[in-house]
Amino acid sequence: MDRVTAQFPEAVAERYLDRTGGAWAVIHAEHLPKVAAFLKNELDFKLFTSIDAVDRLHLAENDPRFEVVYFIYSLSRHEHVRLKVRVSEANPELPSIVPVFRGADWWERFVWDFYGIRFAGHPDLRRVLLYEEFQGHPLRKDYALRDRQPLIPERPIKDIFRGPGTSGVS
Amino acid sequence: MADTHKPASPPNPTAPNPDIDAYAHEEELEAHLQTKRMYINMGPSHPATHGTVRLKVELEGENIASIDCEIGFLHRGFQKSCENVTWTQCLPYTDRLNYVSAMMNNFGFLNAVEKLIGLEIPERAQYIRVIGSELHRIHDHLTCVAATGMELGGFAPFLYGVEARELIMDRVAELTGARLTTNFGRIGGMNRDLPEGWSEKVIKTLDKVMELVDEMDGLLTRNRIFVDRTKETGIITAEDAIDYGWTGPCLRACGIDYDIRKVKPYWVYDRMEFDVPVGQHGDNYDRYLMRIEEMRQSNRIIRQALKQIPGGPIIVNDWRIALPPKPEVYGTIEGVISHFKLVMEGIQVPAGEVYDCTEAANGELGWYMVSDGSGRPYKVHVRAPGYPILSAVPHIIKGKLLADLIPTFDTINMIGGEVEQ
Repeated sequence: MDRVTAQFPEAVAERYLDRTGGAWAVIHAEHLPKVAAFLKNELDFKLFTSIDAVDRLHLAENDPRFEVVYFIYSLSRHEHVRLKVRVSEANPELPSIVPVFRGADWWERFVWDFYGIRFAGHPDLRRVLLYEEFQGHPLRKDYALRDRQPLIPERPIKDIFRGPGTSGVS
Repeated sequence: MADTHKPASPPNPTAPNPDIDAYAHEEELEAHLQTKRMYINMGPSHPATHGTVRLKVELEGENIASIDCEIGFLHRGFQKSCENVTWTQCLPYTDRLNYVSAMMNNFGFLNAVEKLIGLEIPERAQYIRVIGSELHRIHDHLTCVAATGMELGGFAPFLYGVEARELIMDRVAELTGARLTTNFGRIGGMNRDLPEGWSEKVIKTLDKVMELVDEMDGLLTRNRIFVDRTKETGIITAEDAIDYGWTGPCLRACGIDYDIRKVKPYWVYDRMEFDVPVGQHGDNYDRYLMRIEEMRQSNRIIRQALKQIPGGPIIVNDWRIALPPKPEVYGTIEGVISHFKLVMEGIQVPAGEVYDCTEAANGELGWYMVSDGSGRPYKVHVRAPGYPILSAVPHIIKGKLLADLIPTFDTINMIGGEVEQ
C-alpha cells in the first residue's frame, strides 16, 4: 500500500488498517483501472478474489451512498489487499477492471445485478443471478425484504410463512 | 429476453412445405450433412450439471462455438436474509451454501465473526472444528469423484463413493444430529462435545472409507476410458486460472501451491502434518487426482487431531456471547437475562468490518462482514469458491468437443447453493 501511495499520490483518498490488521485504501473512481493494473503487474497481486458493494444508507456516514470493495490477493507474498471506491447514488458508475482482471467479469455483473452500479467498459453487463425482467436491485437497503416479483404468478397458498423479518423495516 | 437458442428463420411462402407437399423432403435427403449452427440447451436440470445451471451451447458440428452459462435458478437471497436476522440465526443459512460440506461453511462464517469480535475459542473447540471440516472435505470430494466416475461411464465407483459417503454421514449424524445441514458451530465454540466413543468409531470408519477410496482409485485412475476422456481435456493454464480467481484443488491442479491451511494456518492446522498435492497440467485428470490425494491427506489430519485433542471447555465462558448453561438460566436472574438478551437481541458484535477466508473443499471461502454494532449483520458477503471457477468455463471449453463439457463440469465441482447464494 505504501508503494501505491508513492506511485499515485493523487489516487488514494484514505488509508487505514482494520482491527485484524488488513490493509485498506479508498481510491478515487477515475484512478481505479490504473491502480489495479499497477497492483497486478508491478506488485504481483494477481489472484482476483472478489468484488462486493456496501449500501451505507443506514450507516452513520452515508454520503456517497455506495462503497464498492475489491479484494485482491498476492500468491507470492501471501497478502490480501482491499480497495474501496465510493460511488454516489445519483451517478452510480465506475470504470470496469475486466481488461485488467478477467475474473472481475462475473463479479461486476453481480454488483450491477444487486446494487445497480454500472461498470463503464464492461463487455457484457447483464444480470447474473436474477432474471432480465426483474425491476430494481434487491440488495439495496431500501428494497423491502418482502417485495416479490414472481415471473410466474404464485399460487395462493393459505397460511404460508414468508420468511423472516418484518417487511423490510430494520 | 432474447431467445438465443432459437435461430430466427423467416417464413418463405414459395418454398415447399414438408407438411403438405409430397416431395418436399427430397432436397433435404439429397443434401450434404447439415452445416448450420445448432443451439442446445443443457439444463437447467441436466443430470450432469450438479445443481441447476443452464448452459446455452452453440454447436458447430461437434465443436462448441460459444457457450453461455446462465445461473441463478437456486438463488435464495442469502445476503438479504442474513441482514435481517441476528448473527446466530445466520448459521442455518450458511449450511445451505455448500450442502455437501456444510460444516466448512458454518465454521468459516464463525471464524470471520470471531475475528470481528476479537475472540479466541477454546483449544478443544478448535480441534473439533478441524475434525469436522476434514470429515466434510472427504465427503465433498467423494461426491465429486463418484459423480465424475458415473458420468464417464463407471457405475461401480459411484456406488463405492456413495457407500463411503453414507458411512461418513452416519458419523456426522452421531456428532451433530443431522446428516447434511448440520448447524453445528456456535459463535465462540461448539454446540456440543464429541459423543462417548465417537473417536474410535471415526477411526474405524476412516479405515473403511480409505479402503473404498483405494477401490475407486484402482477402478478409475488407470481406466482406459476414464483417462482418455479426462486427460488433456478442459485444460486451463496457471496464468488464466489465477486471472479468473481460481482457488483450491482446481488451482493446485495447474501447479500453483496455494493452500490457506498451510499459508495462513487457522485453528490448529499448524500442528498437523500433511502435504498439499500439486498437479502439473491443469486438466480434468489432474483435478481428479488432486481430490483423491486430498482425501488421503484429510484422513491423516483427522487421525492426528483425534490423537492430540485435549480436554476442556468447548465454548467460551462469556455470557455475552455463549448461552449460559441451563441450570443457570433456570436458577439465577443473571442467567435468565443473558439468555433472553442473546435470543432476542443477538450477540452484540462491535462495529467494524473484516475479511476472512478459510480453505473449503473447493477453495477459498471468503467472508466480508460489516457490523454496525447491533445484533444483526449490516452486510454479509460470501465469496464462494465455485463462482469464479464456473465463470471460467466458457473460456476453457470454447472450441472443444461437446463431450468434453461433461468431465470439465464434473471436475470443477460446481455446487449450485454456493454459486447462487
